[in-house]
Amino acid sequence: MSGNTNASLFEFLLRQGDNTLVLGQRLSEWCGHGPVLEEDIALANIALDLVGQTQLWLALACEVEGTGRSADDLAMLRDVWDFRNLLLVEQPNRDFGMTILRQFLFDQWHLLQLHALAESSEDRVAAIATKAEREVRYHVERSSEAVIALGDGTEESHGRMQGALDRLTPYIGEMFEADAVDAALVRDGVAPEPARLKPAYDSAVAAVLSEATLSMPSVPVAQTGGRSGKRHTEHLGHMLTQMQWLQRAYPGAEW
Amino acid sequence: MVSEGGNFCEKSKRNFGKIPPRPSVEVVWTWLADVPDPEIPVVSVVDMGIVRAVDWDDDTLKVTVTPTYSGCPATSVIAMDIETALRDRGIANVALKTQIAPPWTTDWLSDAAHDKLRAYGIAPPSPAGGPTACPHCGSANVSRVSQFGSTPCKAQWRCESCLEPFDFFKCI
Repeated sequence: MSGNTNASLFEFLLRQGDNTLVLGQRLSEWCGHGPVLEEDIALANIALDLVGQTQLWLALACEVEGTGRSADDLAMLRDVWDFRNLLLVEQPNRDFGMTILRQFLFDQWHLLQLHALAESSEDRVAAIATKAEREVRYHVERSSEAVIALGDGTEESHGRMQGALDRLTPYIGEMFEADAVDAALVRDGVAPEPARLKPAYDSAVAAVLSEATLSMPSVPVAQTGGRSGKRHTEHLGHMLTQMQWLQRAYPGAEW
Repeated sequence: MVSEGGNFCEKSKRNFGKIPPRPSVEVVWTWLADVPDPEIPVVSVVDMGIVRAVDWDDDTLKVTVTPTYSGCPATSVIAMDIETALRDRGIANVALKTQIAPPWTTDWLSDAAHDKLRAYGIAPPSPAGGPTACPHCGSANVSRVSQFGSTPCKAQWRCESCLEPFDFFKCI
């Protein structure tokens, strides 16, 4: 592998691991606060799957980087500008409807992406994707059902879900943008062209939204900058202070 | 065995003088069949299909394990339990290898595991995507409460006949 290819692969693995890490952390914030016990347990379980997948992606990132950093180092000792997650997943939980809608928009994309990555020319990427895809099928099933139940629910729940959709739609576009890292990965057969996933995503999302009686607003400009690391929203820094404080205050502390 | 004997004894002396014979992998498998799953102790790590291979590499026993769900907190406990069980049997050098491909699947649960789960009150995985019967009363009149349950591998169901809730080991 050339240095350039290695650098692209490392960047890609950060994007993968940071998406699941940041969303997993967000969902963990619900632990003990879910509206009913079953939902609380479900959110915690999905968080657990995502954090587990993070360990796989970031451990591979460290292996590719080869400087001796660990997955924990990447998760706990990097600053906001080093994170490569989509802006969507760092958005705050707000109410339960917003959390579910954010999850739904991510899950639908996540499943399609993992399905494509299962065919990756990089065996280690394909192995993680194959494993994660099985878990994410359950995530998609649940978030889709919840979006339908709440969207096509009461006047109150419908209004909140439509409000959540209006608020989060600008963050969808980032999933399908591509840069030099993506070009290198596509060339090597490691990852699919992001835009290739868009038609399937649009139709899967539209089908659920229609059943949920929600309408997708038209958004002229997508909010981007998370996966490239150029510009995160202010929310990520606040989240990291919570997530990282122990390792920052007591360097090297172990469980 | 004979040719390795000298080397083995040298290393064993360093391990507090124990000189255990090197057991066959078949024997090791029977030992591992006694190591319970920490979350569902009625089944063993072998019943669960978590142990994929057991091999000797010189005097090191290599055990290959495949984790169930990516984030399952039992994974590290399982590794520790396997290592402890083998050390208790006198194996000085144990190397655990984690293998994620092919990914773990509920198809790997043994037939014995299905029966043990049912007797324990957990509906075993079924290709239909839901339990075929209540593990308590056998009624087929069951409904789903939540696709997520007490551990990553289980969903919550309820029997409409005996009205008891129960766990369903979900297919993956």
